[in-house]
Amino acid sequence: MLLVPCPNCGPRNSADLTYRGEASARPNPATTTPKEWRDYLYSEDNPAGWLKETWYCSSGCRRFFAVERHTVTSEFREPPLPGSKTPKPLGDVGGRAVVGDASELEGEQ
Amino acid sequence: MIGTNRGPRYSGAGLLWRGLRKSNWPRVWRDTPLKKSYDVVVVGGGVHGLATAYYLAANHGITNVAVLDKAYLGSGGSGRNTAIVRSNYLTPEGVAFYDRSLALYKSMSADLNLNVMFSERGHLTLAHTDSAVRTMRWRAEVNKLQNIDSSVIGPDEIKKIAPSLDTSPHTRYPILAALYHPPGGTIRHDAVVWAYARAADAYGVDLHQKTEVIDIECAGGSNPDGKGEGAKVTGVKTSKGDISARVVVNCTAGWAGLIAGMAGLKLPITTHPLQAAVTEPVKVFLPTVVVSGSLHVYVSQTDRGELVFGASVDPFATYDMGGTLDFTEELAGHVLELMPAVSKMRLLRQWAGLCDITPDYSPVMGFTPVEGFFCDVGWGTYGFKAGPVSGEQMAKCVADQATPELIAPFALSRFEHGMLVGEKGAAAVGH
Repeated sequence: MLLVPCPNCGPRNSADLTYRGEASARPNPATTTPKEWRDYLYSEDNPAGWLKETWYCSSGCRRFFAVERHTVTSEFREPPLPGSKTPKPLGDVGGRAVVGDASELEGEQ
Repeated sequence: MIGTNRGPRYSGAGLLWRGLRKSNWPRVWRDTPLKKSYDVVVVGGGVHGLATAYYLAANHGITNVAVLDKAYLGSGGSGRNTAIVRSNYLTPEGVAFYDRSLALYKSMSADLNLNVMFSERGHLTLAHTDSAVRTMRWRAEVNKLQNIDSSVIGPDEIKKIAPSLDTSPHTRYPILAALYHPPGGTIRHDAVVWAYARAADAYGVDLHQKTEVIDIECAGGSNPDGKGEGAKVTGVKTSKGDISARVVVNCTAGWAGLIAGMAGLKLPITTHPLQAAVTEPVKVFLPTVVVSGSLHVYVSQTDRGELVFGASVDPFATYDMGGTLDFTEELAGHVLELMPAVSKMRLLRQWAGLCDITPDYSPVMGFTPVEGFFCDVGWGTYGFKAGPVSGEQMAKCVADQATPELIAPFALSRFEHGMLVGEKGAAAVGH
């Protein structure tokens, strides 16, 4: 279970929300090139690390919000405010609730 | 298997002879130091990577090849999948491709002299809604046109094939029909990895385990660091030293985006974990593979008698392979709807593997905008079935420097031209 920190509802199971993928800025359709538009539609950063992404609180307050998640450790933090470079840590309000010891799963067939 | 470093041939007589003499078996593949230069470097030591290396050597005579894996061979998706093979896909491109794969799997034990325990036990895809029945009929017709044994059968016949399924009309999602595909079945996934590794090694291919790729060196690209579109691959930096190579093949499944990023490319791929689980062993009662798209579950019984379950991928992108209770709960509920009789069985363990999902559920194969950098990725949840044919075709692509017809529909450039190959209806269970 992944606890996703909704700004209104607090930490909720990811099953209560809808994942809307990487948060990337949409190019202006009036001025964009086909290549830029294609990259916006299909190309993904898909990093193993901090990823800025959009969630939709579909079973709760129905708010769309952006949050940063570490795709290896499943920690969350708030994306930095405009003009700032430092992300805001969220402390204990999100992340993965571990079932058993994750190291036991290594190398399973 | 005809190679230069030929080890002992495996046979019943050989087993008896060695058993009686108590002589040790030699190592199955060599442990060689990293060379300074290779003609081809394959990144990823799973079924796809090893098959590519094997066919490069066996079909095209290119033996100065290294296979690199950051852990042990078969440690990724190749050792974590549910070992199901089939060819009853939805698009003609998909059907042709997987049918070739199935043919290679069928003759693999003989071709590579290692028993991969292919069990051709049949494959049932259940339909619980009218729209699912319609899709099954569509798939059956596409399959028949390509000479694939595939037909739609009703609940009575389903009950005859798999008596443990609840085919009564009183369930929440009654089983209306099924797509029956007799050539489908299961195979021992580790044995497939070992068979390709042993055969590739016999041709002189170097297998480097615990060798992580840190960077791919390129020159002449459009990015400031010389990577990206128009670049040429010149070498690979690994945790065990640098290699100069002009051809790098990316066969890294869940990690495909990271490896492509090292060459300055962005792929249309997100990484999602796919969870699976296995029960304690019981007597054989489930003679076929059973899949239900509506209930998001597929199940088969292993030779040891365990039930192996799989489901849909986790709905968000992550590299975290931890198991979740959500998965177990949902899985148990759905399995019990299908087979109420297994309610007393206990789950032994659950695990996850990383899947590289593309927007159209078809792979990304062949050339990329970086010269010498090839991709065999985007295999999502169905890469194991396609291992042999992908290796064969990727080897052809690398050796001939031209895209083989069979993989032409899966080129990376299809996203540029809007020629997507929609396979979600037949490739995924979670939709």
